[in-house]
Amino acid sequence: MMEVLLVALGAAIGAPLRYLTDRLVQARHDTAFPWGTFTVNVCGSALLGFLAALPADAAVMAAAGTGFCGALTTYSTFSYETLRLARDGAPLMALANVAVSVTAGLGGGVCGMALAVALTGGP
Amino acid sequence: MPHPGAEHSADAGPRAPVHPAEWPTLAVIACGGVIGALARHGLGVAFPQPPAAFPWTIFGINIAGCLLIGVLMAAIAEIRSAPGWLRPLLGVGVLGGFTTFSTYVLDIGRLLLAGAPHTALLYLVATPVTAVAAAWTGDTVTRSLVRRGRRGRRP
Repeated sequence: MMEVLLVALGAAIGAPLRYLTDRLVQARHDTAFPWGTFTVNVCGSALLGFLAALPADAAVMAAAGTGFCGALTTYSTFSYETLRLARDGAPLMALANVAVSVTAGLGGGVCGMALAVALTGGP
Repeated sequence: MPHPGAEHSADAGPRAPVHPAEWPTLAVIACGGVIGALARHGLGVAFPQPPAAFPWTIFGINIAGCLLIGVLMAAIAEIRSAPGWLRPLLGVGVLGGFTTFSTYVLDIGRLLLAGAPHTALLYLVATPVTAVAAAWTGDTVTRSLVRRGRRGRRP
């Protein structure tokens, strides 16, 4: 039961933060590329990699990992924006969105893990 | 400084970081996000994933969420009377909280560390390809159903 509350708490912060971050980032450039979703997905992946490599305890993992990182990042908006780019006559940008997001997400995850290992003195 | 082109963005809201009038929208998104995240958590508990196996649970969650975002966005576009809170609640909130990019990335790393590089590569490629196909399917089927229903009502 406690775990459910912690997941809910993390998600209640993560989901609105994704919306605000997306709007803030999208207001700062003039391209069709969905940098807002890219930003939350890469940051969330880095934080989850960090938490997993610490490793964080079950309560922190439920709130910050499953709840916050899970709700901060999104696959539905990522795929819908990719579809929209492909439909709006920008198929190369759609492909680039997938390639850049997945590559940067993995890079972020590795950086998060490396930071956790550096802070805790290795596994 | 906000870019001058920002007004042209379809979702561009007020310029202030958080206008007080937006608190209800943020609350609706938070509620939806909690519902989506709890559904994802529940499915994760019901269908746990072995570390070296293909992460079917998160794969299924992400694909289902992408199919449903296609359905939702097409329904909102086709049905003019759709209420304004529908997209923040279901799209940004529930489906955004239900699907996850961070766990997708973490599971690729887990598969690599568990000595399953082929499964990791398959999962890495299969998720975005199936996700976009699912969003396209949801969007296309919903549009055609709504249009067929409309023609049926007005012959």
